[in-house]
Amino acid sequence: MTQAFNMADLSTALPEVVLSLVAMVILMLDFIVPKGRRDWLGYLSVLGVLLTLMVLCRQWGATQSAFSGQYLIDPFALFFKILFLASGGLIILMSIGYLRGEGADSGEFYALILFATLGMMLMASAVDLLILYIGLETMSICIYVLAGFLKRERRSNEAALKYLLMGGFSSAIILYGIVMLYGLTGATGLKEIASTLTADTLSNPALILAMVMLAAGFGFKIAAVPFHMYIPDVYEGAPTPITALLAAASEIAGLVILLRVFLVAIPGLQDRWALLFYVLSLLTMTVGNVVAIAQSNIKRMLAYSSIAHIGYLLIGVVAGRELGISATLLYTVVYALMTLGAFAMVILLCVGEVKGERIDDFAGLAQRSPMAAAAMLILLLSLAGVPPTAGFVGKLYLFGAAIERGYILLALIAVVNSAISLFYYMKVAVAMYMRDLPPAGLALSPSRPLRVVLFVTVVGTLAIGIYPGPFLDLAKSSIAGLW
Amino acid sequence: MLLSYLPILILVLLAAGFALATLFLSSALGPRRPSKDKLSTYECGIDPVGSARERFSVKFYLVAMLFIIFDIEIVFLYPWAVILNSLGLFGLVEMFFFLGILLIGLLYVWKKGGLEWTT
Repeated sequence: MTQAFNMADLSTALPEVVLSLVAMVILMLDFIVPKGRRDWLGYLSVLGVLLTLMVLCRQWGATQSAFSGQYLIDPFALFFKILFLASGGLIILMSIGYLRGEGADSGEFYALILFATLGMMLMASAVDLLILYIGLETMSICIYVLAGFLKRERRSNEAALKYLLMGGFSSAIILYGIVMLYGLTGATGLKEIASTLTADTLSNPALILAMVMLAAGFGFKIAAVPFHMYIPDVYEGAPTPITALLAAASEIAGLVILLRVFLVAIPGLQDRWALLFYVLSLLTMTVGNVVAIAQSNIKRMLAYSSIAHIGYLLIGVVAGRELGISATLLYTVVYALMTLGAFAMVILLCVGEVKGERIDDFAGLAQRSPMAAAAMLILLLSLAGVPPTAGFVGKLYLFGAAIERGYILLALIAVVNSAISLFYYMKVAVAMYMRDLPPAGLALSPSRPLRVVLFVTVVGTLAIGIYPGPFLDLAKSSIAGLW
Repeated sequence: MLLSYLPILILVLLAAGFALATLFLSSALGPRRPSKDKLSTYECGIDPVGSARERFSVKFYLVAMLFIIFDIEIVFLYPWAVILNSLGLFGLVEMFFFLGILLIGLLYVWKKGGLEWTT
């Protein structure tokens, strides 16, 4: 037997090692830095994220398997690791001002975000069901705590409890699926599972059951309908940066393991799971968009909108192969950017007693701050999928892939859904531009890190919208060798 | 194929049968002299006080959770100790990293007052 651990293996996981060291240092510094000056723990965390990104970029283009074939660095993993680190960094930046406003500044918050990002990175690289599960739990447990971080606020408590219960429940379902796959194939490695399955075993009902269990469990994690019931309450109650973390990073991490497991371990069942995701996608985008119309709380509205976007992302999974999966990858970047930007706007409006959570709080924003209103308008247009923003390009490739592969009806329903979504996004725009400023409106005073977040997300949204070529090429090259 | 599990089934039946038979025989043959002390709840020999269904401090959960962490540390330490020779220096250093990470956790809990019973 070869040695279980060696230095070469460890060097493939160097970015993860760096990130966990940074997180532990932040956790310990929390005791030394006095309360009220913990802002710079946030800046230090961002530096740590940048350092990790630098270490990570040395793996560019490399494909290497490590830890007895359980861990794989490949362009696919690298793509998502960069996305998770960037999202994590932006979320820490938007937390700095938010925590000061809530009077809850602490190093723990940043450390937990870093640990959650670490879990996501593990998920991106996992090619073994056990490592995948460990990454998933590392991420989830951190987010359970973060969702309830505002201890004195009942809604935050409720969010944490609901997320904990539903998260535990869905993890159990995923474990059932994993156990069944292991029982049928005797392997936990994704490639090994695929090679063990023959034409005979593919029609085994137990295997179909395992597939359904995994799809349901991942469905909870990515908030697909009908596994979405807890999402609006959790998104509304959790601290806003954590809502952004849930929507932009944790759901995409769920999608990554979904892609890996279904594409690598059970590609033989593609006919069946494509049908499953067809139905899920249809339900998810329709329910998400229709229910979003009725919301008056912007965090709830964005929660339903994120559900709808997961539905769009699943179209790519249904379409499959290079075209569909690369469109899904491109859309994850687009989705992360515009979601982060939208939640940063909610934090921006958090002034004094106003929480910035009602759509009414956006009334007259154009008079109060024309720049902020313009930024929000660009993000809303992108969410709705109007050119020349990234949302349009992303949807174009997704729906195009569906049509190319013959899923005309699905693409048609998706287009109708986009039209529905335009209505509720524009409700916010109407409030910003056509309604008067309420007399009590205080002047906006965004913190500098929050401005950075808004700048990056808005510019990124426009850049992908106007010049999508390089991003699409990157998405395409990232899925090479995935199968 | 199932036939090869037959001995296990027989063993299960024998074990269950033995347990049931002993229970039945001891209650059927044994003398029965109930008294107040014998019939009361056993609490390590002390007279039982109050109802068992009481609210108790949430701190017990904290202690239990901390215990589990170090319990699992031991679970990892034992197999490691058995094959330490073949793991070499790398294995030794690796385990100290693991212990170090848990130690940071302990320090954190300690500083946060998680080990204080009254706050």
